[in-house]
Amino acid sequence: MMKIEAIIQPSRFGSVKEALHEIGIEGMTVTEVRGHGRQKGHTEIYRGREYTVDLLPKMKLEMVLPDALVDQALAAIMKTAKTGMIGDGKIFLSRIDEAIRIRNDERGENAL
Amino acid sequence: MKRRCLLLLALSIFAVVPLALFSATASFGQSATPTDFSKATSSEKLSQLDQRVTAAQSSADNAWMLVSAALVLMMTGPGLALFYGGLVRRKNTLAIMLQSFALMALITVMWALVGYSLCFGGNGSVIGGFEHALLRGVGAEPNADYAGTIPQTTFMVYQLMFAIITPALITGATAERMKFSGSVLFMMLWFLVVYAPLAHMVWGKGGFLNAALGGRFPTLDFAGGTVVHISSGVSALVCALYLRKRSGYPQQPMPPHSLVLSFIGACLLWVGWFGFNAGSALASNGLASSAFVATHFAAAAAALAWSAAEWFKNGRASALGAISGAVAGLVAITPAAGFVGPMPALAIGMVAGAFCYWMVTKVKAIFQYDDALDAFGVHGAGGTIGALLTGVFAQQAINPIYGAGKPVGGLDGHWGQVGNQLVGVLIAWGFALVGTIVLLKIVDMITGLRVSTEEEEAGLDITQHGEEAYNLEA
Repeated sequence: MMKIEAIIQPSRFGSVKEALHEIGIEGMTVTEVRGHGRQKGHTEIYRGREYTVDLLPKMKLEMVLPDALVDQALAAIMKTAKTGMIGDGKIFLSRIDEAIRIRNDERGENAL
Repeated sequence: MKRRCLLLLALSIFAVVPLALFSATASFGQSATPTDFSKATSSEKLSQLDQRVTAAQSSADNAWMLVSAALVLMMTGPGLALFYGGLVRRKNTLAIMLQSFALMALITVMWALVGYSLCFGGNGSVIGGFEHALLRGVGAEPNADYAGTIPQTTFMVYQLMFAIITPALITGATAERMKFSGSVLFMMLWFLVVYAPLAHMVWGKGGFLNAALGGRFPTLDFAGGTVVHISSGVSALVCALYLRKRSGYPQQPMPPHSLVLSFIGACLLWVGWFGFNAGSALASNGLASSAFVATHFAAAAAALAWSAAEWFKNGRASALGAISGAVAGLVAITPAAGFVGPMPALAIGMVAGAFCYWMVTKVKAIFQYDDALDAFGVHGAGGTIGALLTGVFAQQAINPIYGAGKPVGGLDGHWGQVGNQLVGVLIAWGFALVGTIVLLKIVDMITGLRVSTEEEEAGLDITQHGEEAYNLEA
């Protein structure tokens, strides 16, 4: 099992989710987050006072997948989340030791 | 426990009854029914007709004045409460809104006890007397000195709404760091020591700045440029300096938490201002229409001027800029509303929009005072420029306040009026300045003024009131 954490542009979220559904991914957890990498923020001006907003709104998608689905999922995200501009986000992969379905105590890939 | 509640209830009734009896002299009696019109002699008919005409005018004026009173209350809550509420950080939303609301309750009670009398009772040159304390003698009969066609009760409640919003304006400067207890005590004292005398000097019978009733230095102030905006704006500046900056200002960003709230608030202020300015005609007449129009045009011109200044400076016009400009224009036209036509109103609005933009963005940055929500930059500055421009633009064609054929403002041929305006402005500035410093010292000794740094960090909503504006777990 692998966990995919993808931090993407909010404007791409709809397409990414659709593409993931199309390849049969049924579960994910989504959070509205703020952060920045190399992308610089923008300035906002309120009554003449300038504020640099460097933590920009992003969407974070988390999903734990059986190994067989991982490559497909990555390809789907890469294809749909990319605008080619700075600030498109990042994907992190990590190995997952165990998954448990709370309702019936199923374990491993059955629990996904 | 129950018994103690009952006891308290009984005690409070005993306390209120004598007060009520004491002031029961106010009469709301109807005039005697006239004899049958068809059987009356012609002279009786004439006098009856006369009564009926008077009654009809009184009804019309009273209807408009009651609506105006309600409009002016709407400026404080929700208008100002939303306008300020959106401009603070989210942890201080309820605290700033409650300060406006608390004044709606607090000033109302004080007004009934002594406030109205101190402003409009007696004929002292600086302050009124206790003639109308507990609203004695304030009933359905008009008070001919102030508004001869409406019940004095209406005049009384209309003026009350002005006394509510004026201290509420100051809370914009003390936002996000003043103790609630200190704020309540300060506002009570400020109303008695600064507002009441100023209102009497400018509007009260015998007041030495009163233009309508022959004061020594007749200052034109139609709806409260000096009494409301200069007094609150200048006091706001003093408060901001005395309280010092919010911790983290100006290094830490403190952007408004919801410009949507501020936007709604500003639009309510604009609408409410028709009651404030057009209502100050104290009748439903041509002067009210003229003031209504001047008010609206000045607000529009100022919104454009502030936006244009921003567009020129930053390359973009902003929502906060547009609404701030409109408020600045409304402030500046307040003293002039009943003295100028639409074209001078546009000019006053233009000047005020640009001037307040400069005050808020440049002057505040140079002197580094933390007037958190720009109560001074908009009300103090806008009120001052408006009061002076009133002296320039006032026209006898709109309001022959000095008698028919006598020029009123500078362009009318009476440049001395600008000097009179200057006297009024200086007195309002001086009075607000000194009064506020003294009161801040006193309140600082009794309750303290500023919350601790920890409380400021946590926010005033939680530390002063034990609640939050936005509960994520609810």
